[in-house]
Amino acid sequence: MTGGVAALAGVAGWRSLQGADPDFRIPGPLRAVHETNEAIWSTLMRDDHLATEYPISEASVLRVNGLHGIRDDIDLDTWEITVLGPDGEQLGTHALDDIKALPWHEMTIEHKCIEGWSQVTNWQGARFSDFFALYQDRLPDDITHVFLQTPDGEYYVSVDMATMRHPQTLLAYDNFGEAISDRNGAPLRLATPLKYGIKQIKRIGSIQFRRDQGADYWGERGYDWYAGL
Amino acid sequence: MHWVNFPLLVIMLWSGFRIYWAEQEWAFGILEWEWFQFFPDWINEPLGFDRKLARGLAFHLSFAWLFVLNGLAYTAYTAWTGEWRKVVPSMRALKRVPATVLHDLGLRREAPAKAGYYNAAQQTSYTGIIMLGAVATATGFALFKPTQLSVLVTMFGGYSSARLIHFTASIVFILFFVVHIVQVARSGRHTFMAMVSGYELLTDERDRESTVV
Repeated sequence: MTGGVAALAGVAGWRSLQGADPDFRIPGPLRAVHETNEAIWSTLMRDDHLATEYPISEASVLRVNGLHGIRDDIDLDTWEITVLGPDGEQLGTHALDDIKALPWHEMTIEHKCIEGWSQVTNWQGARFSDFFALYQDRLPDDITHVFLQTPDGEYYVSVDMATMRHPQTLLAYDNFGEAISDRNGAPLRLATPLKYGIKQIKRIGSIQFRRDQGADYWGERGYDWYAGL
Repeated sequence: MHWVNFPLLVIMLWSGFRIYWAEQEWAFGILEWEWFQFFPDWINEPLGFDRKLARGLAFHLSFAWLFVLNGLAYTAYTAWTGEWRKVVPSMRALKRVPATVLHDLGLRREAPAKAGYYNAAQQTSYTGIIMLGAVATATGFALFKPTQLSVLVTMFGGYSSARLIHFTASIVFILFFVVHIVQVARSGRHTFMAMVSGYELLTDERDRESTVV
């Protein structure tokens, strides 16, 4: 009797979950659990807790898994990155040499794809925290997210500030001592072992500092906004 | 708690295979010849495992918490009531496992001595399945937050190894379920009713008491 009632309640609960209003393509309650998970794990995250690094001998050039936002040809000589403030105001532009002028860092980490595969690979470039320092004084204190977009606007991600300021979050321009290939995101891409590959945008065209979470290509397609590891 | 596991495991397996669909890396094979692939298209498509990664993740990572809570409640309950003694096999019982299995397969006539409430093979497989639940949970956490829980990842031999163990656990759950159902069916209506209701009615009047299965 009790079991029967419990079973019916279970079936009813399951059906109402399936029929719940979707929040960006997944049932609202499941989106809420993603957000609860984000609250738990972002609280536990520490800047000095680093992702494991590997000897470079174990690393290989990253598999190309998606070409969203980088299908057009690009003229690397005229490429520049646009920096925007929270109200959309333009704060500056940079050529690749400006990024290369920042302190150089390297990491050999395990890249993880949300589809399930992983690969040890190498990235070289500037820490995003050093780049942020160029603008910090001109920004309000309540910046929570960074929104990055490809030059054509087709691909875009929004990443929390704690991840962006982590020492293993790089604006990468080289790997294995050579320029990153076009299909892996030349001239400049985001690289961090704290997020799945879907957040590590290739061929960055613009960077906006925001007071809220911005749009996110895969977040809008049913994935967790946070996508943290 | 026993019955909550069934729908939870079904949901975890169903959503898990939607995740596995996105990167199907394991198959048995010799050199280039793959003779067995987990979940070929003729399984994936009718069951809706294909192209549902985002939904699969959302369900998997939500119901995982319920699975963990149920596991903790079960562990606390058996520890509190002392029921774990019925399930955890003694060293002597472990030695009787081969004989019990042979008997159940019809290869050995003589029935092995009972170890207690459950026989030796039951004790071993029930304890094993609870441990499998713990391994599935631990590898699940390792895959969920591999940077924050890097200690767990190392324990399981790295990220891909943790993923393989996690996947293997799901296959073992299915195999366990099949054997479990066959064995319950073979043991008759009495056991099945006890399993459904959670209580067992003893025939002896003086010993009438209820026992949680």
